[in-house]
Order: sequence, then structure tokens, then C-alpha cells
Amino acid sequence: MSDRQQTYATLTELIAPFNKKGAAVTEATRFAQDLEWDSLTVLDFVANTEDEFDVIISMNMQAEIETVGQLVDALERLTAPGR
Amino acid sequence: MTDLFSKFDGVIALRQGLLDSGHTDPFGLVMEKVESPTVAICNGKRTILLGTYNYMGMTFDPEVIAAGKQALDDFGSGTTGSRVLNGTYSGHRACEEALKDFYAMDHAMVFSTGYQANLGIISTIAGKDDYIVLDIDSHASIYDGCALGNAQIVPFRHNDIEALEKRLKRIPEGAGKLVVLEGVYSMLGDIAPLKEMVAVSKANGAMVLVDEAHSMGFIGEHGRGVAEAQGILDQVDFVIGTFSKSVGTVGGFCVSNHPKFEILRLVCRPYVFTASLPPSVVATAATSIRKLMNSSAKRAHLWENSKRLHAGLRQLGFTLGTDEPQSAIIAVIMPDLQAGAAMWEALLNEGLYVNLARPPATPAGMTLLRCSLCAEHTADQVGEILEMFGAAGRATGCIN
Repeated sequence: MSDRQQTYATLTELIAPFNKKGAAVTEATRFAQDLEWDSLTVLDFVANTEDEFDVIISMNMQAEIETVGQLVDALERLTAPGR
Repeated sequence: MTDLFSKFDGVIALRQGLLDSGHTDPFGLVMEKVESPTVAICNGKRTILLGTYNYMGMTFDPEVIAAGKQALDDFGSGTTGSRVLNGTYSGHRACEEALKDFYAMDHAMVFSTGYQANLGIISTIAGKDDYIVLDIDSHASIYDGCALGNAQIVPFRHNDIEALEKRLKRIPEGAGKLVVLEGVYSMLGDIAPLKEMVAVSKANGAMVLVDEAHSMGFIGEHGRGVAEAQGILDQVDFVIGTFSKSVGTVGGFCVSNHPKFEILRLVCRPYVFTASLPPSVVATAATSIRKLMNSSAKRAHLWENSKRLHAGLRQLGFTLGTDEPQSAIIAVIMPDLQAGAAMWEALLNEGLYVNLARPPATPAGMTLLRCSLCAEHTADQVGEILEMFGAAGRATGCIN
């Protein structure tokens, strides 16, 4: 598995406990519209994701992230070597 | 044409649903007459006030009122100008001197509201490439201060010391860091573990701002707030406060020992680009602040009130926001907005006003009946309050 695939797989596991409706998750899945997450769910999910990847996902960055794929991209940038 | 108001349709429907179910609008109360810090006439009925921020009951203090009247006579009704132009009178300076004495700090800056104090200080001191790490349950004025500035905003779980530490450690080397905390969180009335949080913040090279809006005048030996009570006020870089709670008027401030603090008067836009407080307001504030320095007997009585109300409500069978009373705020947790509105109305009919609080102001989507006590509530009034809670709770089915 590539690094990106690994990131996506980990993220899918992190999404699962919050995916109450059991919606199918792909890179195109939108957190607000498709998973119907409210701000409190987002907070818990972001906190778990930050801890898993040991990064900071600031509210400024969160505002730019709508889909699972965009979050994978953001995590790839945040965890890139040399950063 | 797109109606710009269509984005409010959800809120309009929620409000209409509440009114259609026959409830009085809980957000449209008018007080026809205010008799004292603890009693007003609402809908022609004598009503005990248990939902104000008048913690120390200073609004009708004779010396405070006399100072305000004198300032009206001597300086007129308003300054019509910015603090940095024609809007600084001797009263504004006297008010800042009172704050410096109250907190034993080197600098004090008075804003026109507490909201503007947070807006101004936070947005000005944390710039691009700096990080603001804040408790997720922070007040709207703190979030708006973050939104007005350009810093990276990093929230952490409420009162979670480890979550704060983890985030501080992840911030890139060399970046400026501001940790924003509150002494008392106003929705549930719980306090922050400031001692541990400030220690963690300092160990990681962050400056610390603490909003003590709901603790000033009451908590701590000299009423300086939760940071004083926990013995770490000297470690706090900026204390934000307000005149609209214990001080009993309106206005906001920041006090600090930072050696360069005074430059903020020139660079802080919410300080510069607004009119200063009216002379009567700063005169009442300064008088009240100086009286609050020597109010330990009132502080003790307010603690008694808080403890008695907390124990009494719990005994009646209500679910409360904290296991023990931590401040002058006791939050009664309601199952939902409908039940909250029914209970709020039943209490008003009994002759008791409390705050109905609901999302988004509340954490975790809760509906709360927020009770805030006053040092001027008598023991008899607290007894009356508990009787009214019992009657209203049974009438609405909230308790058995």
C-alpha cells in the first residue's frame, strides 16, 4: 500500500465510529452533507485524527476541507518528511 | 433575486414552532420596572431575578449611583469620540487606575464592552503564523476575536489538560503561541483547572490569556478571579474582564504586566475605532471596582447562596451542570428545548426569572435553565426560589 492508501485506510477506520448512518465512504464523501456530522462530531473526529497522525488540523484548515479525499491530501502534506 | 435571509429559515421555523406550541417567547421578556438587584416587575408581576450577571449586586449601590450622577453633571452624557482622540476623560483614566489597583497589575485598558475587549486583544496580539489554542467551550467573543485575526486557531476538548498539552507540543518550533482560557465557563458554571493549564502553557512557551468575566468580584481572596483562587494570577499574561457583571454597568477591560502593553492603544482596532464609554459609566465602574476590593463579607454570603441553591435543587431532583457548586452560576439541565421553555414559563408565572440557554450558546446541544445568584439575594429569597422551582417542576412534570 502506498502512503496515501495507508492514510486513507486509517482515516476510514477513524470515521467508522462516527458513521452512525452507515453511509458508504469514498474519497468523495462530504463530512457535513453525506455523513451529516454536526460541529460536535467534527470536533471529536478531528481530535482523534490529530492524535492518530500527531498533527494539528487548525480550524482555518478545517474550513477548507469538505471531503474525505481533501482530508487525505491535507494529512499527506502535514506528515510529509522534512516538514 | 436570492433572498439573503433564506439562510435564517431554520431558526425562524424553530422559533415559530416554540411560539405555536403556546409558550411565551423566552427571548422577548421586558422588565417594566427594576426595584433592586434581585427584584423586577415583569408582566405586572413582582419577579425575583435569578438570571442576571449582577453577582455582587452593585447596580443600586448608593455610592455607585451618586458617582454616575455627578459625572453626568460634570462631564455630560457622552464623549462622542475614540479613546485615542477626544474620548479619554479623567474618568477613563481613573477607571483604569482602579483596575490596576484591583488586580495589582501594571497596565489596564478599558474597552466599550467585554465583547470588544476579547475581540480587540485576541485579534491584535495573535497575528499571521501565530497559533491560538483555545478551549472548545470558549465564549462567542473569543471565537469572534479569533475570526477577526489571522492566526491559526486550534481548539481542544473542554478543560482537558492533556489535550491542551498535546496541541501545544505539535505547534511548529518558533511560532508564537497564545492559550485562551476562561476562569468560569458561563453555561454550566464550571471552573477551569487553570493552575495545571497555565503550567503546561508556560512549559511550552505560550502566553496565556484568561477571561475572568464571570469570576471577577466573587472568586479569589480579593475577587480577582479563578487564577487568584488557584494561586497563579502572576503567571497569567492577560486578564480579560467586563463591567457588565459584578461591576454592574457596561464596558470591558484587559489588565497585564507586559512591559509593552500600552502600545495596544494604538494598534488595537476595536479599541481605536469606536466611541469610548460615557463619563457616567466609567465613574460608576471605578466606584464599584474600588468597593469590590473590600467585599469579602458579600463574597462569603454569595458562596452560601450558591451552595444552598445547588443542594436544594439537587434535593428536588433536578439534574445540575456541576456535581458541586463552583461559581455563582447553577445550571439546571433540561431534557429538550420544549421542556426547557415550559419550565421557564412556569417559573416566570411563579415569579422567578432564570436564563433559558440553548444551542449554539450551550455545549453538547444542551438546553439549560441557568440560575445566577446575587450577593444581595437574602436567605429568605433563596428559600422562595427553591419553593418556586419545586412547584414549577411538579407542574411541568420535570420532577416528581
